[in-house]
Amino acid sequence: MTDTEQYKVHREPYYQAQGREVQLYEAAYRNRLPVMVKGPTGCGKSRFVEYMAWKLGKPLVTVACNEDMTASDLVGRYLLESGGTRWLDGPLTTAARIGAICYLDEIVEARQDTTVVIHPLTDHRRTLPLDKKGELIHAHPDFQLVISYNPGYQSLMKDLKQSTKQRFTAFDFDYPAVELETTILAQETGLDATTAGKLVKIGGVARGLKGHGLDEGISTRLLVYAATLIKDGVAPREACYMALVRPITDDADIRETLDHAIDATFV
Amino acid sequence: MSTTDTDTEYQHPLMAAYWTQLNSGFPSVRAVFEDAMAEALAALTREGLSAYLDAAHFLGRMGRGDEPILAFLEVWPSVARVLGEDALPPVMQAIHAMHRSPNGKAIAPFIQTLAPVARRLHALEPLERYLDIALDLMVRTTGSIHGHHTTFPSPGLPAFFEQAPFLFTQLSMEGVRNWVEYGIRNYRIHPQRQEEYFALKSADSRAVLQRERHGVLFADVERRLDLYLRGLWQDAEQLVPYSTAFDTLRKPIPYYDRLGMRVPDVFDSRDGVKGIDRYRAVLAHMVGHRRWSTPIIADNYSPLQRLGVEFFEDCRIDTLLCREYPGLRDVFLRLHPHPGEADCDPDTTSCLRHRLTMLSRALLDDAHGYANPHILEFARRFREIMAHGASNTREIADLALSFSARTRLQSDQFARVHFDDTVIDYRDDNRHLWQYIEDSDDEDFFDDPDKQQKKESEVQSLPPRHYPEWDYSSQTYRPDWVSLYEHLHPSGNPADIDRLLDKHTALAKRLKRMLDLLKPQDKVRIRYQEEGSELDLDVAVRSLIDFMSGATPDPRINMSHRTSGRNIAVSLLLDLSESLNENVAGADQTVFELSQEAVSLLAWAIEHLGDPFAIGGFHSNTRHDVRYLHIKGYRESWGDTVKARLAAMQAGWSTRMGAALRHAAHYLDGQKADKKLLLVLTDGRPADVDVGDERLLIEDARRAVRELGQQGIFTFCINLDPKADDYVADIFGRQYTVVDNVQRLPEKLPALFMALTK
Repeated sequence: MTDTEQYKVHREPYYQAQGREVQLYEAAYRNRLPVMVKGPTGCGKSRFVEYMAWKLGKPLVTVACNEDMTASDLVGRYLLESGGTRWLDGPLTTAARIGAICYLDEIVEARQDTTVVIHPLTDHRRTLPLDKKGELIHAHPDFQLVISYNPGYQSLMKDLKQSTKQRFTAFDFDYPAVELETTILAQETGLDATTAGKLVKIGGVARGLKGHGLDEGISTRLLVYAATLIKDGVAPREACYMALVRPITDDADIRETLDHAIDATFV
Repeated sequence: MSTTDTDTEYQHPLMAAYWTQLNSGFPSVRAVFEDAMAEALAALTREGLSAYLDAAHFLGRMGRGDEPILAFLEVWPSVARVLGEDALPPVMQAIHAMHRSPNGKAIAPFIQTLAPVARRLHALEPLERYLDIALDLMVRTTGSIHGHHTTFPSPGLPAFFEQAPFLFTQLSMEGVRNWVEYGIRNYRIHPQRQEEYFALKSADSRAVLQRERHGVLFADVERRLDLYLRGLWQDAEQLVPYSTAFDTLRKPIPYYDRLGMRVPDVFDSRDGVKGIDRYRAVLAHMVGHRRWSTPIIADNYSPLQRLGVEFFEDCRIDTLLCREYPGLRDVFLRLHPHPGEADCDPDTTSCLRHRLTMLSRALLDDAHGYANPHILEFARRFREIMAHGASNTREIADLALSFSARTRLQSDQFARVHFDDTVIDYRDDNRHLWQYIEDSDDEDFFDDPDKQQKKESEVQSLPPRHYPEWDYSSQTYRPDWVSLYEHLHPSGNPADIDRLLDKHTALAKRLKRMLDLLKPQDKVRIRYQEEGSELDLDVAVRSLIDFMSGATPDPRINMSHRTSGRNIAVSLLLDLSESLNENVAGADQTVFELSQEAVSLLAWAIEHLGDPFAIGGFHSNTRHDVRYLHIKGYRESWGDTVKARLAAMQAGWSTRMGAALRHAAHYLDGQKADKKLLLVLTDGRPADVDVGDERLLIEDARRAVRELGQQGIFTFCINLDPKADDYVADIFGRQYTVVDNVQRLPEKLPALFMALTK
């Protein structure tokens, strides 16, 4: 039997609600509706899911999807042993058996034919057929499927099929508003609100340049990194160069502009 | 004219001795002698004075009239004060050199401009370099026209001396040297143009000057400024540079209107603020006005009141800007003048600007150090208002009016205005702040309706595009050297082209087969292959498991790759020069007709492949008239319009290849494609009637090909000149093919294209 405890979230993760998403999620979970969370990278999607798992007291099974992932990576496969073969459950199967929240992170990274295996779990059937093994799993009553994706890819290749999209209820996440993001930085790292506010301002500068040489603005995650460095005693400017600017761009002009914004903000 | 007449007139024996030493007979010299001596006595040592008089004596006896000696007597004391007396020998040497050559006319302008030049240069050593440059210019431009040796004076030298003070305000010593060098190189044998160049009258003279200017050029930082506006201020606006080089009397001020934000074309670093940061300060200030200022009715205020309102409003904006980005305060304070309180005398001069500048400083800077009670009071009131929030233009205007009323002086109306240290150059001219109900008769009324109408009627054809040309002998670009005009190619009868294509049906069929075989390039993995390039481990293990658990294993355990998706943009550039009209040896067709057939076939083939494809032709008639004929655009389909243009193709004039390459690349660069290919079909070497040096255009074309390579454009030349080996490799490296048998061109060209893009 699988050890359920290892999937439990034991400590409360810090999560600052941006709206009514916590209540809405709880409603979706009461009715076991599959959930999709959308939003740019580093805006708190995974943190939200983790927080909800903690709040609901359910185990959380997370799968980071990638291009080379096959259906058997989700469902499970036979392994070779000296005596013959042995079946090993994949994460999706495990979650369905133990009644966990199964979180497929960055689902669009997986190939479209792979994602089709989740379909029977996401409608009224709530079953998972293991054709190789000849078993039909009825999902545990607590089981719920959550997927996340970042619509910012803007690529024809990286989109979900309509048939997949239409099985989910969805939350649209974005970077939090200025005050909220400031609170988040302060809470998460213990940094004072003034410095946190300045970091958020720099984040806003980069978000304004999105599409003008930046694919994606500075995420809340990076702001948290910068705040952490400052909290650790690194000079604010250096922390910002290191955590906010250098990771996101190699474009000299953009780098110079962001550096200038930092210099103008941290005097 | 004898010296004895004059001796008696000076009572003071020393003065008389000086006059004897000078020994000049010009009455005009006589008139200024005493004043000049008074200044010289104050500025020079005894030896210096003696040398001064000797030098002046020489200048008076040169036989060039009184101009040189008068100028020298006047300027030398002030020059010596700046540079020291040691500067005299080199200056005199230069004058001697000019005197000995036919360039005596240049001596007067040289001396006349010596004082401002000296003030710019500050030291003896740069002066010597300046003299070197001047003498070099003299030696190289004097004389040898039409083989008459040293008979003609240098046409550019006097003009150069006249421009020298201005040049040194704009350029570094190195920049002046480059500018002069460019002029010598390009206009050595053309006296009239040379003079225009050195008098800064010709376009490229100004262009080279612009290139060599010191400071941060707008063109270099434009994108960064765009990003600055967008990122830091969430604002986007067209930025338009204006030239600061040629308005010395009345410097233009930044401003914005509905056409964009106008900023200077160059900013030097000043007071520790880098040029780019000065641009940013200007933009930030304008953005501040756009955010927080509201126009107010101007008619109710006197001009002086308006000035006060502008100063107060500017300070409000700056304060708000600094709240947003505290780092701006340091920049503003460095750029903001800090006039001394006692600098201006209110009894003789209008001190309004001085007062307002002090106030402005006090509003921004806590450590202003002024003691004037009005300034202190209003600084306090301003801070109180600003402490409550952003305030607004109205409220600030009221404050400004009460300041004006409180501090008004009779002398504010004086014509003599104290301007020193009162120009705050990062602020715009505030034209947006005022709304006029009635047309005012102020001189700065901006939109003259007549002018606008004139402008509209002037535009009739496409303006030329200017391209630089590479000068290999100096390893520099000649900026904006070539004017290229783009025209739509005239149309003929499209049926002619269809007839040509019919003639080649057999060839077309063969090409079609090749086209079908053409493989696209993007790699895609194909799994589940029995045979393939790699083992697919996942599938292999799965098959093994199936095998061990007794099921039939799947034998398709390999994977391979195929390519899909073509993403190539092609531009074909046709040389339409006169030489195309020659008959091909051993055939009754001209090169031109064969090219037409080949191009038609190629266009047909590329149309089949679906790649974006453009055709352009070019020929030239000197650098002032390079023509680029548009035959097919990327979006146009291979239909009758295009065929009609191709049918009307005509050849004439010469081959200036570099500009045409750059222009074709300009369009190709705009295409969104992974691979960009520029095919050049030509029959001879680059040449033009106004170029004597046959290497020059070859080197320029070679340079252009290299530039294109840097832009990610692959250039390939199809050359029909059997003797092309001499030069074509120089230009295109290994990216060329020479088609010896021109008759086979129609089949060669499409095949070549396919080979290139396979």
